[in-house]
Amino acid sequence: MNPIVSGIMQVLTPTNFLFMLAGTVGGLIVGALPGLTATMATALIVPFTFTMPPLSGLATLGAIYMAAIYGGAFSAILVNAPGTPSSIGTCFDGYPMAKQGRGQEAIIAATISSVVGGLLGIIALALLAPPLAAVAIKFGPPEYFWVSIFGITIISTLSSKSALKGFIGGCLGILLSMIGISPVGGDVRFTFGISAMQGGIELICGLIGLFCIPEVLALIVQKAEDLERLKPKKVKGIIGTTTRQVLKQKVNLLRSGIIGTIVGIMPGAGGSIANLIAYNEAKRASKHPEKFGTGIIDGVIATETANNATVGGGLIPLLTLGIPGTPTAAVIYGALLIHGLRPGMELFTVHADITYGFIFSLLIATLMMLVVGLAVGTGLNELLSRLPVRILVPSIVFLSIIGSYAIRNNMADVFIMLAFGAVGYIIKQLEIDSGAVVLGLILGPLAEEGFVQSLLMSKALPVPWTIFFTRPLSILLIALSALSLFWPLISKLKAQRPGREEGFNV
Amino acid sequence: MRKISKVAILCLVIIMVTGTGVSTLASNKFPEKSVNYIICFNPGGESDITARLQHKYLEEALGQKVVIVYKIGGGGAIGWSELVRSKPDGYTISGDNLPHTIVQPLQRKDAGYTTEQLKRTYCFELTPNVLAVRQDSPFKTLEEFVEYAKKYPEAVTVGGSASWSAGHLATIELEHLADIKLTYIPFTGSGAAVPALLGGHVSALMTYTSMIGQHPEMRVLAVASDQRSPVCPDAPTFQECGYDLVEGCYRGVSVPPGTPDEIVNILAEAFDKVNRNPEFQSKMEELGYQMVYLGPEEYEKLVREKTVYYTELLRELDALAK
Repeated sequence: MNPIVSGIMQVLTPTNFLFMLAGTVGGLIVGALPGLTATMATALIVPFTFTMPPLSGLATLGAIYMAAIYGGAFSAILVNAPGTPSSIGTCFDGYPMAKQGRGQEAIIAATISSVVGGLLGIIALALLAPPLAAVAIKFGPPEYFWVSIFGITIISTLSSKSALKGFIGGCLGILLSMIGISPVGGDVRFTFGISAMQGGIELICGLIGLFCIPEVLALIVQKAEDLERLKPKKVKGIIGTTTRQVLKQKVNLLRSGIIGTIVGIMPGAGGSIANLIAYNEAKRASKHPEKFGTGIIDGVIATETANNATVGGGLIPLLTLGIPGTPTAAVIYGALLIHGLRPGMELFTVHADITYGFIFSLLIATLMMLVVGLAVGTGLNELLSRLPVRILVPSIVFLSIIGSYAIRNNMADVFIMLAFGAVGYIIKQLEIDSGAVVLGLILGPLAEEGFVQSLLMSKALPVPWTIFFTRPLSILLIALSALSLFWPLISKLKAQRPGREEGFNV
Repeated sequence: MRKISKVAILCLVIIMVTGTGVSTLASNKFPEKSVNYIICFNPGGESDITARLQHKYLEEALGQKVVIVYKIGGGGAIGWSELVRSKPDGYTISGDNLPHTIVQPLQRKDAGYTTEQLKRTYCFELTPNVLAVRQDSPFKTLEEFVEYAKKYPEAVTVGGSASWSAGHLATIELEHLADIKLTYIPFTGSGAAVPALLGGHVSALMTYTSMIGQHPEMRVLAVASDQRSPVCPDAPTFQECGYDLVEGCYRGVSVPPGTPDEIVNILAEAFDKVNRNPEFQSKMEELGYQMVYLGPEEYEKLVREKTVYYTELLRELDALAK
């Protein structure tokens, strides 16, 4: 029998379906709780998969991974706390939607987009894995430096109200990211003599502090009655209408899916960056970019499509080259090795049944996510919208503290989270975009590492720094960064010209 | 209904009585509850893979649950500083990596722990360093590599995991022994350095045998061990090539300072039993890990010897904390 067909047949057993269903539900919960990440969840399950046949084990891990990345959207939309770093951008529009009583619509949009994104990533994995894997290793230190610079230029679109304030936020984030051990050289920096600070700022703690705590404070400051979130609009047939609305945005879905897949392929980047790039591109391409950030469905679609596309994308370099594209893919790598499956071409020839069975199981898990997600998500929205503020606020704070502790089992992280909460509240008053701070926090270390590594690499060149400007991929990235940086200006100019023409026509 | 609840209560009482009875009996027998096993590095890394493989056998050997807890950050320092502050009752143990737990306290002003604070319990594996290049690299032998580096100082780039790691130290030692100048480029982990080699961004990697187990497509120029490695049996050792270079990463477990010796011995025996399990051994060796069997005293002795050696090396490089 064809190994692909036999692999697919092996997946289709009741036991595997049960494992995958359990994985999907578990992954959803873990993803929705800030501080519990897809990486931790899969790592916890790995020992249980030893006793399973390899394919069942991989199918379970894949289901958890897929669902956890999607689950992050729930808390992002409902309480403005991204459950995983992959859902940062979902807060930008998802939470405003929830505040307007459109939480259910946002969750349905996130669900449909996650499924589409997940499928796009899987299709790329199934059909294009070997050629796409070649992309992964083309990126060296200079390219990673420029990718991070490109990421930072997103701020100019993200904080279109005041680019200056946006970049101030970005710099603050970069500064904060420097706390701890330097990525190259191993020097201890800015720890203020506290040994617990050697580990640096954990991204999740920063996220919870910056996004969630200010909202909680706002909830307390506002009178409970003022909150529109308490009166969610009941719309009949909302699943159908929202689904149609999402599927209408074909370009947005496809663009975000491709961004997610490609960023997933690049080792070290992953969903946290993919969702922000997709958000940025959706805003740039949009006819009404000013509506982004006010509760527009396009934003949720972009981020949730992109982050689930990183799942398939991240597995491409893993299965073909043995290079995990995302941290969770690294855990799946461990599971593969323990089962005696060595990544590489062997997986597509000798073990083709397992590999294609695994890919097929991801497909099924994605569809399971659709059903489970719609059921759980809408229920959760109902529940949260009925909770009075005096119960909701302490619950969110409680979960924030648990989440910050759980990420590294470190009490210092809880204090860091609370400090970030205070900073988040202040910068919100100053109208500095906390998204910009987070971008700095994520990209700072990546940029620094790429920068210093590049300079080391070029030590023997006559003029070392030219390495940044002589590699073809780097030049492409520089052009993209420049375009992204000046986009608000370019779009203003563009808007002026056709505007005049329209004036004539009218 | 009532009958059922009465039976249930009776059962509960019996369970409670016998349960407590058993636990008082066992109170002088460690362990009587689950043991927390701290892993200081990312899931999917060597420490994690080892712990995941040990897990089942370790629970059998100890007769108790073993819970793997991640405390990641600072190149392991976060987990180790937490360990030395934990209760010395044997219920908190941690993976312990050499040279990390020797070099960090030497090189950092305050690593949060000192080398001596970790009470060494059992050392179970070694991954010797290997110098590896791409299959299509012009360097076919270590000799060619050294010759080229002599001609073009600093032009040969060597990637590895982190600064002041075994890979970094091995690179420095090779520079000394061969009288060459290389450029060492640290990455965030041994895995993260692999794409840089495959993409041609660095000329070579100073990595571990475990990485060769995962990426047999690399060509190993030499192994920094006193014996050849089963994952690359054709590659010579550095000693065979005339350089007395033996370096690598030792992994074991340690407990907080002040843990009673009886408890340390019980833990060491359990780990020894796991390490000598043929099923476990064959999995580990297949993945490129070299088994070692060092009990508490031998492990402490290894640490003491290495401390003297690394202190001297770091002093020469002017890298000691001031």
